[in-house]
Formats: sequence, structure tokens, C-alpha cells
Amino acid sequence: MQYVGHLDLHHSWERTFRRSGLPLAYSQGFHPQPRLNLACALPLGFTSQCEILDAWLEQDLPIEQIHEMIANALPPGMEVHSLEIIDLQAPALQAQVTSAVYVITFLDEIPDLDDRIQRIIDIDHLPRIRRNKSYDLRSLIEGITILPQNNGGNCGIRVQLAAREAATGRPEELLDELGIKFEATHVHREKLILASS
Amino acid sequence: MVLTPIDIKSKLARILPTVQKPARYIGGELNQVVKNWDSIETRVALVFPDIYDIGMSNLGLAILYELINDRPDALAERVYVPWNDMETAMRSAGIPSFSLESKQPLTAFNIVGFSLPYETLYTNALNVLDLAGIPLMNVERHEMDPLIIAGGHATFNPEPMHLFVDAFVIGEGEQVIQEIIDVYQVWKRSSLSRHQLLISLSAIRGVYIPSLYRTHYNQDGTVNRIENLVDQASFPVLKRIVPHLPPPPTHIIVPNIETVHNRVPIEIMRGCTRGCRFCHAGMVSRPVRERSVSEIIQAIDTALKHTGFEEIGLLSLSSSDYTHISELIQAITDKYCGKHLGISLPSLRIASFSVDLMDLLKESRHGGFTLAPEAATEHMRNIINKPLSTEQLLDTAHQIYSRGWTTIKLYFMIGHPAETMEDVKAIADLCKAVLSQGHKAIGHRAKLNVGVSTFIPKPHTPFQWVSCDSVEQIQSKQALLKQELHHRDIKLTWSNPKVTLLEAWLSRGDRRIAKVVYQAWKNGARFDAWQDQFNFDAWMAAFDATRLDPSFYTHRSRSLDEVFPWDHISTGVRKKYLRDDFLLSQEFQIRIDCRVNCFACGILPAFAGLRRENPGDSWSCPEVKSPPRVAMTGVS
Repeated sequence: MQYVGHLDLHHSWERTFRRSGLPLAYSQGFHPQPRLNLACALPLGFTSQCEILDAWLEQDLPIEQIHEMIANALPPGMEVHSLEIIDLQAPALQAQVTSAVYVITFLDEIPDLDDRIQRIIDIDHLPRIRRNKSYDLRSLIEGITILPQNNGGNCGIRVQLAAREAATGRPEELLDELGIKFEATHVHREKLILASS
Repeated sequence: MVLTPIDIKSKLARILPTVQKPARYIGGELNQVVKNWDSIETRVALVFPDIYDIGMSNLGLAILYELINDRPDALAERVYVPWNDMETAMRSAGIPSFSLESKQPLTAFNIVGFSLPYETLYTNALNVLDLAGIPLMNVERHEMDPLIIAGGHATFNPEPMHLFVDAFVIGEGEQVIQEIIDVYQVWKRSSLSRHQLLISLSAIRGVYIPSLYRTHYNQDGTVNRIENLVDQASFPVLKRIVPHLPPPPTHIIVPNIETVHNRVPIEIMRGCTRGCRFCHAGMVSRPVRERSVSEIIQAIDTALKHTGFEEIGLLSLSSSDYTHISELIQAITDKYCGKHLGISLPSLRIASFSVDLMDLLKESRHGGFTLAPEAATEHMRNIINKPLSTEQLLDTAHQIYSRGWTTIKLYFMIGHPAETMEDVKAIADLCKAVLSQGHKAIGHRAKLNVGVSTFIPKPHTPFQWVSCDSVEQIQSKQALLKQELHHRDIKLTWSNPKVTLLEAWLSRGDRRIAKVVYQAWKNGARFDAWQDQFNFDAWMAAFDATRLDPSFYTHRSRSLDEVFPWDHISTGVRKKYLRDDFLLSQEFQIRIDCRVNCFACGILPAFAGLRRENPGDSWSCPEVKSPPRVAMTGVS
């Protein structure tokens, strides 16, 4: 699923529910759409262990049964960690997400990584332009630490970036600021932080 | 150095983030089959020579994938063509053509099977071989190289690809592929030469080994005769068919990205009895064989459970001719009502009955309603043998607009034999008449899409003798239509006349055209089916380099007794039948639906044994009355 974009992932979830036999709810109207809602788009090329999906069913069912039916219908590359019944009045998932934590592994050795990271930490502003809009990347970086080398010898960083609707920090922008090519890394989303949690 | 799957995967990790739609190249979808590579005796790569998005929607390969993987001693994996950005990245990283399932290089497979449903894939097929490091020319391959086979509708004239393919499958592949694997396994365990393998394969009915034949030409460039070089090579090579359609594939691979037909394909019927004279598929896929309603419903049910697709496509050449179509649509509607399932029912005849059918599929009524009159006057429709009154078309159009569709799509062809500018003008007039039916029914909400393609004479059809329009003729006909159909509510699309020309060269090409294909590929021709990739100059330069005249293949009326380069390939339909039908077209005479009146096309005698063993009405051909031929012994 690493190279599956947001809309296609949404489609995969629809098909998963259809295979499961669960009574997925659809919107009304001429082109009914499945009532599924992903918390935060995962950019193409990233992996993740923390995606959150809201799904509406037509009928109340025991949570264990839902879990089992979904688990049996998942495509390769997806698994369900936990499920809960939520209040229909709960705010939209997108509005609840505030930050995301990424683990970025480097495929090549970066001898002066410490210096590069320290420069980011020390600086007050990192003005950047994305899609013709200027913004300050530094204000979106909420935390950054260097990870010890793992067994394979690759080193990496863990970074917490803002993920609010109008203020989203992007790992690829940070990598560019660090002078590291995106294709020489592996980016994994480790955690989504919600306002309520 | 041959790369291992591990090498390929680690190289891919670096280049995938840099290319468009990397999911095209990773496999791993639901329902893909990955077997233990080392424990499987025969490994088959199934190649669709276009990108993933197109190839994943090909039903032929989906059928073969399931059939081969059902064998415990064989595996099948998929290979598609990398898009330009990926090809560049692969070549610079030294990545060969590889399979999606195991990331094995193509050279690691025993058999590489190409699907060639249309001619504009030929240069891509060469590119896949080149990217794999497999010699392009069959004569240059060694014992260790994979066996290169190809099938699909384009291979009913295999000659333009005869230099590159070791063995062609003529006709339906379901049984032949198993026999090819069996023969391959016996050969592999022996110490016999590659040539011996080809000889053994030639004994399989429906297999054509081009290196076992030679074509002799006349002074004027036409074919004098075709000769088989060994006795084992049958002459002619009669296509293979299956007497009963085997169960449709139901474990369809579910792509993780959008593809052209992202749905469950269910073939409800194969073959067609209408006999449209331009139609290659209608001639080469005879006889009609139908699946039962219960088998289709069962297959849909199983496929939906395994895939979760939200659309099914009920496929055939003429869906409203499927004997139990009403019963089928009713059953599907009853079963899946309220399940948000889209049902696509293409290839409907122009009749109110078709509107009734589509009306039943209310839930899936998105988009327009497509009709293919192909020609605009009753006179021209008689020439092409698609009889239909204009009144019936207008009446059907009125019903479609009245019953809730706002858009109709009409398909026409220009360049039919003996077509005049008046006939072309009639297309515009008819379109306006159809739209005015819409205006009458629903006012200015009514829209009309008009698709105008250009007729290409195809081998094995009654029009295989006729000459094509020149590019200038096509352009002036298209200009007339553009001018006449300049209307707020009409959207006109047409095909590139130069692509048409390419298809025309290749579809009736002889063995010499293979050198043109090779040269065009060397000149950079790729993705010839893609408007924005098609490189006409590469093809013209290829004709120059090979000193062949392109107009010999396109702008020449063939004499009635000409030997064609594909005459040693038999579809079961007799050449005499095609010739008679061609002559009837010149007298504006039609031949009606052959379910009503058998015109003895030749299919029945060609497959009399199969028909006798498979009685009943799943075939639309009459029962065979003559007793089976018994080998006579002791009588002289």
C-alpha cells in the first residue's frame, strides 16, 4: 500500500467493506458515495502504522463481529489494530488531528547529520515556498530527534510535525531543507495525535 | 549478469519514488498469486504490452492467469510495459523487464506469453523483450532463452510478428496453453534442441510456428504461395476453440490504483451471428457459445465476494443477442438491488428492447447510452451488413432521451467501401436528427457525443480485399463532419488518420512488414496506440529503410483470387464465403442474422466433431446431422 494515494486508499477501504459483507452506509443522491472518512491523507510513498478511518454502518453490530469481518476482508498490506464504536455526534476526524509523528530512515549514510539537524533546531524561521505560497516550516516542526543506528546500519530521525487542516508540516519539505533526497529515504508515519487524546 | 529479485527490489526502492504512479510496478494486490518459485517446474510470464492501467483490464490474460496458476506444476506472473519515465529509470539503473509478483527478471521464466489483441502493441512487445535482454529475433534465441509465444485477435494474421515470436496461438487459448506447458515440460526433461521443441509444439492444434513455413512472393510483391517446411507443420493452421466456455475467472486481481476497466468482467457469450462485414471479431470468434444464466449469476456472486468490486461488466460482441438476456438482467437486478452495484452492458443493438434492458438497470444508470449505427444511410448499412432503418434508430433515440438519459453516444465509421461525401454528410444529418429527438423529449438538456473512427479492412473479413482511404480523403471527410457538427450540444471525436494508416499496414501486413516493425522500434516507435506518443515519422523512416511501399498494403484493391499472407491461417470461415459476402456487398445485398438462416460460412464443418460432442443450444449453429466419420479398416 506504500504507493497507493489517498483516493485510491479510500477506494480500497470501500472494497474491503464490500468484501466483508458489512452493511456500509452510502450517501443519498444520484451518485451515492460510501460513508468512509480517513483522518489524514498519507502521501504517496509513505508507510504507516496509525491510520484512522471513520466508517458508517447501516446497522448496529457487536464490535468483535465487525473486527472479524473486516480482518477477513483486508487486502495485503493493511491490518486493523483496533476498532471502537464512536458517537455519531463526534467531530470529524480531520478536525481532531493536530500533529503527526514520522520516522524517517536514510538509505545512505549521512556523516554530518547531527550538524544538519542542529541547524534546524537552532534556527527561528525556515521560510519556504510550496505551490506558490510562502510559509514557515520551522513553526510546524514540533520535535525532532536522531535515532540510533538500527541493525541494518541505517540511521534515521523521528520528527513530530503539525498536521492541522491549514498548517501541515511535510516530511519531504523537511528532507529538502536537510539536503536529503526523498528517494534516498523511507518515511513511516508512526502516530497521529488527536486534539481529544 | 542476471539480477535476482532481491537486486531488483533494492534498485526499485530508489527509483519508484521518482516515477509517476509507482503502484504500477509493485504488484502485491489482492488475489495475485505468488507461488514458491523454486518448487514450480514451469514458470510462465504473461505480458500485456501496454502499461498496467490498460493491461490489468485485459480479460484474456486474467483467464490464462487463473488457469495456469490452478496447475500445481506451473505458475503465471504478470508483466506490463513501463511508462516512459520508468523505462528511462530502469535502463539507467540496469533493471530488466520483471514480473510484478516475484520481481523475477523475464529471462528467469520458461515461457513468455504476449497478448496481442491489436496491432499497435507490436513495438511495445519488442521493447519488453529488449528491456529483458532477450534476443528480439526468434532465430537468435538459444536453448536457455524463454520460449516466446503470443496470441490474441491480432495474431490471426501473425506474419508481421513472425520474426520475433517462436509460437503463435491461433484462436482461443484456454486449452492450448495447457498443452503448450505439457509439451514444454516433456522437452525440458529431454536433451532435445530448441528446434525440436518447436516441431513438437507444431503438433498442437491451433499452434503456428512461423519458422516452419516460408512465403514465396510474385514479382508484383503479392504472395505466390506459402509452404510448410516440415511435414509436422499443419497446413492450414486451423484456429482452436473451446466447445463450452469454461467457468469465468472469479479471483480477479483487485488493482490498488485506477485502471481503465476497474470491475468484474463476465463474458456472457463468445462469437456473434450478425455478420457485419467490417467486423474482425465477428468473423474470427465464431461460432457463438453462450453461458447459462445460473453460471453467470454464480460467477458474479463469487467474484464480488472475492474482489469487492462495485461494478460488473457483462461482456460479449452483441449483448442483446444473448438468448437469455432479459432473464439474466432480471435476475441480477433482483439479487443486487440496493447494493450499489454498477452494471455495465455494452454492445447493445439499436432497438427499443435494448432500452427496456437498460431501464431495468436503473441503479447503475450513470453516463450516457451508446449506440453504434456505424453508417448513416440504409444503403451504406446494407453494404456493411448492419441493416437498420433510420426510423428505428430515431425511435430508439427518442425512447432513450424520454426515459431519463440526457446523453447518447453514437459510433460511426468513415471510409467504408464505396463511400461518397454524401454518405459522410449523412452522418452529420443523422446526428442532428437524433439530437432533435432529444430536444423534443427533454429540451436542451439533451446532449449527443459522436465518435467517428475510420474503417480499416481486416484480414479474414469480407472486406479483406478492399483499399483504404488515403490520409487526405480521411482528413477531408473529418473536416466536413467538424464543420457540420459544430453545435453546442454535440461533442465530436475522431481518430488520427495516421494511426489508422499504421493499423491498416500492420493488420494486412505480410512477412516483410516484420522488418518495418523492427526498424520502427529501432527508430523509437513505442506506445503507438497513444495519440500523444505515436511517432508517424519513425514508421515512414522504417518503410524507407526497408524499401517497402506503405501504399502497397493500404491503397490497393486486391484481386479476388489474390493469395493473402494469412491464407495459411484458418478461422474456420471459408475464403469463398468471405468472397461471396464481399460480392454481395457490392450489390448492396445483406445477409441476415445467421441464427435465422445458416449461410454455411464453414465453421460447422470445421468443428463438426466438437459440435457433435456438444449438442444443445449453447451454440447458435445447427446441430450436425451427418454421422461421425469412422475409421474404416479391412475395407479397400
